[in-house]
Amino acid sequence: MAGESMRDVMIEARRPPNAHRGVLKWLQRNLFNGPINSVVSVVTIGVLLWVLWPFVQWALIQADWLGDSRQACSGEGACWVFISARFESIIYGFYPEAARWRVDIVFALMAGLLAWLAIPRIPGKRWAAVIAVVGFPIAAYFLLLGGHFGLMHVSTRNWGGLMLTLTVATIGIVGSLPIGIILALGRRSNMPLVRAVSVVFIEFWRGVPLITVLFMASVMLPLFVPTEVEFDKLLRALVGIMLFWSAYMAEVIRGGLQAIPSGQDEAGKALGLGYWHRMGLIVLPQALKLVIPGIVNTFIALFKDTSLVLIIGLFDLLAIIRAGLTDSDWLGFATEGYVFAALVFWVFCFSMSRYSQYIEKRLQTGHTN
Amino acid sequence: MSQATATSHGDTPMIEMTGLNKWYGDFHVLRDIDLTVKRGERIVVCGPSGSGKSTLIRCINHLETHQQGEIVVNGVPMTQDVKRIEQIRRNVGMVFQHFNLFPHLSVLENCCLSQTWVQKKPRAEAEKTAMEYLERVQIADQAYKYPGQLSGGQQQRVAIARALCMRPEVMLFDEPTSALDPEMIKEVLDVMVELAREGMTMLCVTHEMGFAKTVADRVIFMDQGQIIEEAPPETFFNNPRSERTKLFLSQILGH
Ligand SMILES: Nc1ncnc2c1ncn2[C@@H]1O[C@H](COP(=O)(O)OP(=O)(O)OP(=O)(O)O)[C@@H](O)[C@H]1O
Ligand SMILES: [Mg+2]
Repeated sequence: MAGESMRDVMIEARRPPNAHRGVLKWLQRNLFNGPINSVVSVVTIGVLLWVLWPFVQWALIQADWLGDSRQACSGEGACWVFISARFESIIYGFYPEAARWRVDIVFALMAGLLAWLAIPRIPGKRWAAVIAVVGFPIAAYFLLLGGHFGLMHVSTRNWGGLMLTLTVATIGIVGSLPIGIILALGRRSNMPLVRAVSVVFIEFWRGVPLITVLFMASVMLPLFVPTEVEFDKLLRALVGIMLFWSAYMAEVIRGGLQAIPSGQDEAGKALGLGYWHRMGLIVLPQALKLVIPGIVNTFIALFKDTSLVLIIGLFDLLAIIRAGLTDSDWLGFATEGYVFAALVFWVFCFSMSRYSQYIEKRLQTGHTN
Repeated sequence: MSQATATSHGDTPMIEMTGLNKWYGDFHVLRDIDLTVKRGERIVVCGPSGSGKSTLIRCINHLETHQQGEIVVNGVPMTQDVKRIEQIRRNVGMVFQHFNLFPHLSVLENCCLSQTWVQKKPRAEAEKTAMEYLERVQIADQAYKYPGQLSGGQQQRVAIARALCMRPEVMLFDEPTSALDPEMIKEVLDVMVELAREGMTMLCVTHEMGFAKTVADRVIFMDQGQIIEEAPPETFFNNPRSERTKLFLSQILGH
């Protein structure tokens, strides 16, 4: 039998047995590596299942997804039709349908820029930063607001939904960081006037609740400013949010500045570097890296608190969903609405948190002296 | 600005301090210091802890401000003017006890930073200079590492190279070896001896008496903010005049 030792089909290399790799191995190593640990794991998993199972059943298994009216829902589980039927308004608010492509472009530009900035392998970070700081805001301004280049003007009163939430959050984040840096440096300045102004500014904004700031911006500001100057309500809210959060940001950054040994600044001085060079090249890069968790924490708080703009009549994501709840055709879907809103907020905030952890690891340059 | 232009030739002393006094609150740290450092001179400053050695040399590049007296560095009188101070600092290199390298920058970037931003040199030229000096302190092979990945002795040699990259006319050392493990002290001292041989003007605060004997033109002994004794190393070590110097030497030399 000559053919016996020959094969006409190649056999694929077999994967190692499951117990030696992947999930099972991980489970064994981490959850079941001893009697006590195993018991704890089993109990914990049991409790989690017991608590979460009804939710999973409601949200996924018995839920209804498709349709365009409440008749599509059986009422057993969640009625996600409530969300999908008004998905457009959740994204765009009252933005005119004919112009929504402009919002889409801004979303796409923002996603592209974020990817360019955030993924280390893509080259040309300097260009990305310039475009993000200069080009993008200008493009977004003209696209979203319109009124030029033959684009229909869309008043900020019609902005809403996720689009408004992202606008407020982005401008808040992008604005509060540099202002916070300036304030933090100011508070540590050895010029008494600069220091005093920074301290007063920070303590004022930290001392008032954001709701008060928003009310003041929308109700009180018009009392002081001559009526001819018509400030946009959104703009006023934006300024309030930016200044409010820059005060928090300043204190986070100041913590970082204080942690940098004075020898770093002295070494910069000894090399003949001026104040802004020392701060920009030596002290701030180290201080900011140190407080990335605090900065991102502030970003996350800011992102979530954008929903407070609903109290001055702006319709952000949460407000749009709440407005939907009062629609007489759709009464009784509050849970779906809030769960969905929570999910959207969570996705954004969790992404920020994960990205910050990744960046922190990347910036690690060995133990510091 | 015109009178501030450095006269980097002739017989102007490198550093000239007259009637220098400094207080921290009520505490009189520096008392009537008069000190002249000529071009190419190597001076070692020693004295007990807290005697004001660090404060003295940190006044020279205005890391500390003094309240009375005058400091002239390379013909440029020290004032409160920031531009003037930065001009002086460009001529004065400093090496610290704790190295003070920038941990977020690689060794090469540490050496290029002020060349790029203060001297406005093109990147390539700055890197060339940096590599030259890293070669001189025998650490060029570590150029792309971060300071945190180097030993203390290596870090201190990088710090010396970083200061030299600005091509200073005088180098200040503040106890450059006292934070180092014994086996690393020699590699740093070797670099400093080499630098002294090349004619660099140096002002070193150090307790390395071997170094003082080998390279110093003068040894200065400070106590309680005053210069107590000032002599060439042979005289200083063999025939100290003051009792306080004798006491200090007996403590430091261990007999
Ligand atoms: N910022 C400061 N505020 C108050 N006192 C200070 C300050 N810096 C230093 N001193 C005091 O001034 C004195 C001189 O300090 P200096 O650092 O110059 O001493 P030193 O001779 O370098 O000592 P060492 O050998 O320990 O380095 C010390 O008594 C110190 O306590
Ligand atoms: Mg000292």
